[in-house]
Amino acid sequence: MMSRLLAGAALLFVAPSLWAAGALEGEVVKQATNYTAIVMFLVFIAATMGITKWAAKRNTSTSDYYTAGGSITGFQNGMAIAGDYMSAASFLGISALVFASGYDGLIYSIGFLVGWPIILFMIAERLRNLGKFTFSDVASYRLGQTQIRILSAFGSLTVVAFYLIAQMVGAGKLIQLLFGLDYLVAVVLVGVLMVMYVLFGGMLATTWVQIIKAILLLSGATFMAIMVMKHVGFDFGRLFSEAISVHAKGESIMSPGGLVSDPISAISLGLALMFGTAGLPHILMRFFTVADAKEARKSVFYATGFIGYFYILTFIIGFGAILLVGTNPEFKDASGAIVGGNNMVAVHLASAVGGNLFLGFISAVAFATILAVVAGLTLAGASAVSHDLYACVIKKGKAREQDELKVTKITTLALGVVAILLGIAFEKQNIAFMVGLAFSIAASCNFPVLFLSMYWKGLTTRGALFGGILGLGTAVVLTILSPTVWVSILGNAQAIFPYEYPALFSMIVAFATTWFFSVTDKSQAASEERARFLPQFIRSQTGLGASGAVAH
Amino acid sequence: MYDVVTQRIEQSPRFKELVARRGRFAWTLSAIMLGLYVAYILVIAFDPQLFGTRISADSSITWGIPAGLGLIFSAFILTGIYVKRANGEFDDLTAEIIEEAQQ
Repeated sequence: MMSRLLAGAALLFVAPSLWAAGALEGEVVKQATNYTAIVMFLVFIAATMGITKWAAKRNTSTSDYYTAGGSITGFQNGMAIAGDYMSAASFLGISALVFASGYDGLIYSIGFLVGWPIILFMIAERLRNLGKFTFSDVASYRLGQTQIRILSAFGSLTVVAFYLIAQMVGAGKLIQLLFGLDYLVAVVLVGVLMVMYVLFGGMLATTWVQIIKAILLLSGATFMAIMVMKHVGFDFGRLFSEAISVHAKGESIMSPGGLVSDPISAISLGLALMFGTAGLPHILMRFFTVADAKEARKSVFYATGFIGYFYILTFIIGFGAILLVGTNPEFKDASGAIVGGNNMVAVHLASAVGGNLFLGFISAVAFATILAVVAGLTLAGASAVSHDLYACVIKKGKAREQDELKVTKITTLALGVVAILLGIAFEKQNIAFMVGLAFSIAASCNFPVLFLSMYWKGLTTRGALFGGILGLGTAVVLTILSPTVWVSILGNAQAIFPYEYPALFSMIVAFATTWFFSVTDKSQAASEERARFLPQFIRSQTGLGASGAVAH
Repeated sequence: MYDVVTQRIEQSPRFKELVARRGRFAWTLSAIMLGLYVAYILVIAFDPQLFGTRISADSSITWGIPAGLGLIFSAFILTGIYVKRANGEFDDLTAEIIEEAQQ
């Protein structure tokens, strides 16, 4: 009974091993240069550079630069959030999972989706009403500016760094696979393009790159799903029965299979996934690009719709791949394995249903997808340095706008160089744990501070500081002691911390220490901070005094 | 120590009503979303065969398919319900409270 219960609890979330799908893993074989794909990709670059040039003319103030002047509509922002969230790895990884085990792929994608309604109900509007440029604005609203800004800027930069490494290495490998370009060339290309978008175009260009990418990805995936359904006469029953008859696992692809390896790790990962999403600086920043709470709510509604629709498409695509890729010897090597690995089934399916031209299109879309994600990350990292550290901590909120913009641009450039160097340094490393670590830190440092600052009157600077630092520290230390790093990378025989993911433990540490050091804080400053909760609460509920859109 | 508008809003019974109503609504919807998800997962854990059962003898579609798709749709529908009420009823009430307090 107990073991079933644990297994059940584990399934609440997804199997940790699958997290590896978040970053394309393992050896990849460089493919022949794909010219159609390169031409399609050049068209994408030309179009987005045009947008960047247009956006650059409108970027005159910090508000334009960080939040596009609050001028993005709810619908556009919903699309951009979806563009930020649907990564190349989830497109290729989830369709690969459906291809390999059928129904389990659906369970996995649902885990990614259910966090979004909770973000809407719990934090979206309060965040929009209280903040201006970054989530640190909200976390430090009534607390000690200097300490909390440093803490959350540090939390943001750590999350951005790990996420960026995973994306850069994934990008290099994917491009090697899709375009036949050299790893080094691919990483430098991604780094240079992302710096161009962010440096010149700021949030406005980044948003439009994400919107265009979302449209391309959704229409490409829709086309593939329609072609798959056409193949089976638009009959789901036939799609499934034909898949059952050709799949090695037969009937079992239509029921939940063995997705669990270790329940505690799986729960931990699930927590990281749900609450980490609510602590990712580049996702939270998107809520400040709209005019008010009304538009912020609409953004989540549209984003949930697009992301849900995308997961339904990948499910159909995965089944389509069972029929059209798994049975076609053209896509298999001598040993019968899929050319380029299972992660390539969606790409092969593109070729099967749309020929070489469509294959080129889907490859270009996969590359565009990576660019959209890294651009958002870079902007979030740059704003943490220039807005939180430079303008609010060093200059005590009295920085000249021009100086702040200059710092942003220098930081963007520096982040680009760092991202390229890290991408090169980590090429041959095992990076599977990095996306998981980024989410775990977001869930154990950024999220507790942000959530408690909005919901709990008793929170004090001392509590937030201890909780945030210990949460972050626990997440990092436990990850190092976990099997992935301690055994697989450092080569020790036995892991000191037996579970793959730390969030379950590090979140408990963060919340418990925040509570303890807040309630025991009897200082004068602490009682003033508690007193400031009321006006903050009224603003968070009514939007009175919230920063609005900038008219152009 | 607060400005006068903030004080008036704090004392306004309609503000208390807004906070209570919206809070209840948000927590209810969160509970429904999590409840549906937990129920889905518990079925997978305790009776995976239920989701592996065909919806009718001559169809290859199993109960897991409508359950999973239903969960995706309900996430979308629940956010829609929240946005509709928050952007209508609650925002109207908020506007009235602010107007009243600023007079």
